[in-house]
Amino acid sequence: MTTTSISQEPNYNFDIVKLFTIATLFWGIVGFLVGIVIALQLAFPDLNIEPYLNFGRLRPVHTSAVIFAFGGNALFATSYYIVQRTCGVRLWSDKLASFTFWGYQLFIVMAALGYVLGVNQSKEYAEPEWFVDIWLTIVWVAYLLVFMMTVSKRKEPHLYVANWFFIAFIITVAVLHLGNNISIPVDLFGAKSYSAFSGVQSAMIQWWYGHNAVGFFLTAGFLGMMYYFVPKQANRPIYSYRLSIVHFWSLIFIYIWAGPHHLHYTALPEWAQILGMTFSIMLWMPSWGGMINGVMTLSGAWHKLREDPILQFMIIALAFYGMATFEGPLMAIRSVNALSHYTDWTIGHVHAGALGWNGFITFGALYYMVPKLWGRKAMYSTKLISVHLWVATIGIVFYITAMWVSGIMQGLMWRAYDDMGFLEYSFVESVMAMKPFYLIRAAGGILFFAGALIMIYNVWRTIRGDVNEKEQNSKTQGVVA
Amino acid sequence: MTDNKKDSDKKIDEFSGVETTGHDWDGIEELNNPMPRWWLWIFYITIIWSIGFWVVYPAWPTISGNTKGMFGYTQAKALKKSQEEITARQKIYLDRFEKASFEEILKDDELYAFAMAGGKAFFKDNCATCHGTGADGAKGYPNLNDDDWLWGGTLPAIYETIKYGARSDHDDTRIGDMPAFGVDEMLEPEEIESVADYVLSLSGSNEHKVDVTKGQVIFAEQCAMCHGEDARGSYDFGAPNLADKIWLYGGSSEDVIESIYNGRAGTMPAWEGRLDENTIRELSIYLHQLGGGQ
Repeated sequence: MTTTSISQEPNYNFDIVKLFTIATLFWGIVGFLVGIVIALQLAFPDLNIEPYLNFGRLRPVHTSAVIFAFGGNALFATSYYIVQRTCGVRLWSDKLASFTFWGYQLFIVMAALGYVLGVNQSKEYAEPEWFVDIWLTIVWVAYLLVFMMTVSKRKEPHLYVANWFFIAFIITVAVLHLGNNISIPVDLFGAKSYSAFSGVQSAMIQWWYGHNAVGFFLTAGFLGMMYYFVPKQANRPIYSYRLSIVHFWSLIFIYIWAGPHHLHYTALPEWAQILGMTFSIMLWMPSWGGMINGVMTLSGAWHKLREDPILQFMIIALAFYGMATFEGPLMAIRSVNALSHYTDWTIGHVHAGALGWNGFITFGALYYMVPKLWGRKAMYSTKLISVHLWVATIGIVFYITAMWVSGIMQGLMWRAYDDMGFLEYSFVESVMAMKPFYLIRAAGGILFFAGALIMIYNVWRTIRGDVNEKEQNSKTQGVVA
Repeated sequence: MTDNKKDSDKKIDEFSGVETTGHDWDGIEELNNPMPRWWLWIFYITIIWSIGFWVVYPAWPTISGNTKGMFGYTQAKALKKSQEEITARQKIYLDRFEKASFEEILKDDELYAFAMAGGKAFFKDNCATCHGTGADGAKGYPNLNDDDWLWGGTLPAIYETIKYGARSDHDDTRIGDMPAFGVDEMLEPEEIESVADYVLSLSGSNEHKVDVTKGQVIFAEQCAMCHGEDARGSYDFGAPNLADKIWLYGGSSEDVIESIYNGRAGTMPAWEGRLDENTIRELSIYLHQLGGGQ
């Protein structure tokens, strides 16, 4: 690091990053809370409030709130922060950046209101109707423009790896969004539209979209986050430049083919299923490249892991990332999928990634960014970060183990035949058997939510500029002793 | 790759002794480590495995269809094979079961066990929706564990009820109507109350509390035709036994009055055509032994 880069810091646009940071925390709370509600609705069906707040309508509120509202705002916040700092220039066009913020929040509100009122085009993770889709397209093009213009006037000759991932994320999500949402509105002033695709083509387009929403929104985007905050927090160089190049291009190239593994043993022709399955297997190492580069960046800084809960968040995030990206290819194998498909195992798999990877890397990034954005020395309380970490980790472990057991049990019950060739269990018996695991899952979700509340408190005290005297004193004493 | 930075920007990382690439972004540098060998090798192996898989199985589209692989795998064939495995298990018993009468099945331990296993499985997948997984019924849906039958509890009677249903759309359906005495103004409201009092007194539900003589007269005139003089019901009309404490639609005074006032016409679908003959026979035997087969 050269001294000049510290003293002559450009006039970065941190106001926009602050807005997105607060929105991330706000929507996180909303999304986690709705998650708890629908988890409890599964355990106690009486909690369904018809029609607006039943499970069918609240479920997309939960998924959209956590993926697009919590995750999306986190990606906006960190990508705007990282692109400025690694390009050494202020974000291009304050006005357009501001538009992306308010435009994106409007998209979220329109989408969520639509779900509750029953305006929904019934495509998973792409539920908003055509007029909301058009609005999101406008906002997304503005995002691409702000990001690329900032990149194009950068002071650094090379483009940092985090930015490659962000560019791949923004461009591919645009392509996926446009492809999957091609539809014909019934009339100009009505909400309803019909998809341009039907039957198995519709299913294939949907899962090309759905799988790559995971691949480019939740993987590529968040790897961009990881590639900046892990080396910064560990204060170590990235482990391998070559690995980052190869795993970036292989990830980008292979991910886009893997969608058909969502449609094993369906009307989709078997050749497409098998092709999707093999690409999912080939995706294993490209995914792990990011984990290796993140974890190995800590070599030379492992001692920091003992005391730094922010670094702990990031490392646990990478561990969950590695676990989920191993589990994914495994579940994409057709014979494994025959057991896991349509069961809670899928839900457990998704949440290992969502809570463990996306949630924890976001928490780590925000804990790093918040003091810097608001000009504080550090977070108000390091101890509370640690409490958040452990409460949330226990919550995730509850959640995913419950779903593993429940999912595998469910799959085994569905396929069990007795010696005489009759089904051993009925569907409803498998539902009854899942109830205890639904309760454990809800408890896990409540812990994860509680952790987020602790974070909100800590962030609020940090923004206010409060200094935790107790922790300060104990630190000084520690030094003296 | 053109590098604007001078070679002198590259330096040796103190901890690892590895050279950096010379880049510096906001203080972040990169080490020039090679890719881990194990990582690269596993990546190669997954690629080789995939190529092998493409050769063995159908995997790529062609102009006129798709590659077929080496063994002609299709998922339709795979499904058929795994279904055959299950039907083969049933077939051991099914051939004999098909030819045997109810009496013969009841005497043959093996066939009886087969019927019970099949009946149980099909009951849970088809009947439990209304009658409950434990066959204990619900309001309007008879409990099948007791010996209180609407249409008869012998094996042939149970078989007939399952096959043709009750008040179903089948030509041979079982039929019987409980008139809506109140709605159709066949009885005055106070007459309905009296007859309800009488009916409840038969099972001792409100004995000595009210005078039931008036209700008894009305019962004899209006109800006995189907429910019988002694109110013990009739299988011919699906008329429930009113002298016991088992109530299909609830046994409170209000419930009974409601039944008389509005009438009742619960339906059960005909299963002929949806379930095959063997399955209906398995179900009949299963239900017959559940509690109260006659």
